[in-house]
Amino acid sequence: MNKEITQNGLWTNNVALVQLLGLCPLLAVTNNTINGIGLGVATMVTLILSNTLVSLIRGFIRSEVRLPVFVLIIACVVTVIELLMKAFFFDLFLVLGIFIPLIVTNCAIIGRAEGFASRNPVGASALDGFMMGLGFLGVLALLGAMREIIGSGTLLANADLMFGKPAKALTITFNEDYSGFLLAILPPGAFFGLAILIAAKNAMGVRAKDRDTLIDPTLNT
Amino acid sequence: MTSVIVSSPYVSQSKSLRRLMINVIIGLIPGTLAYAWFFGPSIMINIAIAVLFALGFEAVILWLRKKSIKPHLNDYSAVVTGWLFALCLPSHSVWWLIVVGIGFAMIAGKHLYGGLGFNPFNPAMVGYVVLLISFPKEMTSWHLPIPMSGETYGLVDSLKFVLGIGDSTWDAFTAATPLDHVKTALRQDIPISEIFQAPLFGKLGGIGWEWISAGWLIGGLWLLINKTIRWHIPVALLGSLGSIAWVFYLIDAETATSPLFHWLSGGAMLGAFFIATDPVSAATTNNGRIYYGILIGLLVYLIRNWGGYPDGVAFAVLLANMCVPLIDYYTQPKVYGAK
Repeated sequence: MNKEITQNGLWTNNVALVQLLGLCPLLAVTNNTINGIGLGVATMVTLILSNTLVSLIRGFIRSEVRLPVFVLIIACVVTVIELLMKAFFFDLFLVLGIFIPLIVTNCAIIGRAEGFASRNPVGASALDGFMMGLGFLGVLALLGAMREIIGSGTLLANADLMFGKPAKALTITFNEDYSGFLLAILPPGAFFGLAILIAAKNAMGVRAKDRDTLIDPTLNT
Repeated sequence: MTSVIVSSPYVSQSKSLRRLMINVIIGLIPGTLAYAWFFGPSIMINIAIAVLFALGFEAVILWLRKKSIKPHLNDYSAVVTGWLFALCLPSHSVWWLIVVGIGFAMIAGKHLYGGLGFNPFNPAMVGYVVLLISFPKEMTSWHLPIPMSGETYGLVDSLKFVLGIGDSTWDAFTAATPLDHVKTALRQDIPISEIFQAPLFGKLGGIGWEWISAGWLIGGLWLLINKTIRWHIPVALLGSLGSIAWVFYLIDAETATSPLFHWLSGGAMLGAFFIATDPVSAATTNNGRIYYGILIGLLVYLIRNWGGYPDGVAFAVLLANMCVPLIDYYTQPKVYGAK
């Protein structure tokens, strides 16, 4: 069960690449790596907490009112996270802006609450939230890195927003004279980047299937 | 006496794709020569690089897609794409700019959709627009035409410039294009009569530009005469652009430029005869072609006057490309006999 949840969240049922949920913040904030990681972590924490809470109260809620209750829970969790970010990562919060409160509307979160947490025990639900969030975070970070490298020729710029002053040294600049490929940072770059990632994942899936077919002699006959 | 019996069809259709593409290339020659006359031989270098890489990218992708390479390269469609793309760029462009643009045109604009015949957008315009929004500085550094700068832009120096190894004294000769100049001046409330006093302008349009546009017109008329393209799109496009320009020109000749200026500036002529008429991405019914042309003409005028960019042919063509399925759907001709 746990292995299946992990695999589902990270790969086979990845929120961003397979379910294609929560694409609005995904496309909007991934113009550099740190923004992607920042929103990814916030979404992951929300998923874990909301999944846990929904799973805890799943026995008490009448099914007629379950969706408004889920939304209330998610909104509470997001408000807590927003306040925490304002307290401890204010600069990062300023960069991400409206997309932190907008996590409430991320379909992936209500989707997991309804689809998984409302019918599974607390432990499994929390793990599911963590793995789904981690899969989402991974895609956000990867897409952010791709767009940042192509678009401005750096990696982990503004790392100090997230990890504090000493992290400034983390920033890698590949070429000082790079004039930047604006398209990657502009919205079309997000669509191109996500499309490339989805295509790559599908191609891997097809290749894996081919390999299995070749190895398994029963399927060849 | 024996006569050979020939079965129907008796009228032979000799136009192959390859023949059409060669016609387009021939049609491009007068304008290209005028271009080289006014802006120096570097445009030839641009075209050579663009065509070479267009063929190269086409071959590589065909190989990746496991398609036969030679017949596809022999239809000259990649040559036309590369040529048209190079004509849109500033006359002196660095090589990597051309390579990035044509790479995007061939890969994302053409082959991701399934290759020739399946692309909803004009590949050359896709490549051009990608460059336009990605590299605003490089894409707006146009050089002055030769009669104004006095610089002859020799072949060797041009080559050095394209490869990025020459000195950059030519930067002194970059200037706004006529359309850009008019737009900026109008925003400062300078009347048209005063704007046209600037040395950048000839009798009808910008110096050099009017003759280049005339070159596209001659080539385009030749394409019309030998039926490579039909009259609907160019006439509708230039007609709608001219009419809306004329209306505003009649209202106030000091704040709007004449229809002739709109026809003979920027990419209007090239777009009307060579780009909007691309048989793959344009509307396919005769009525549809007229709506399609009118739409492009209107969009060009809107973008030129109220948009963020000095010229709007590329954006207009791409936006109209998007409308093509809808236009085609509503303009299907009635089947013979149907009520």
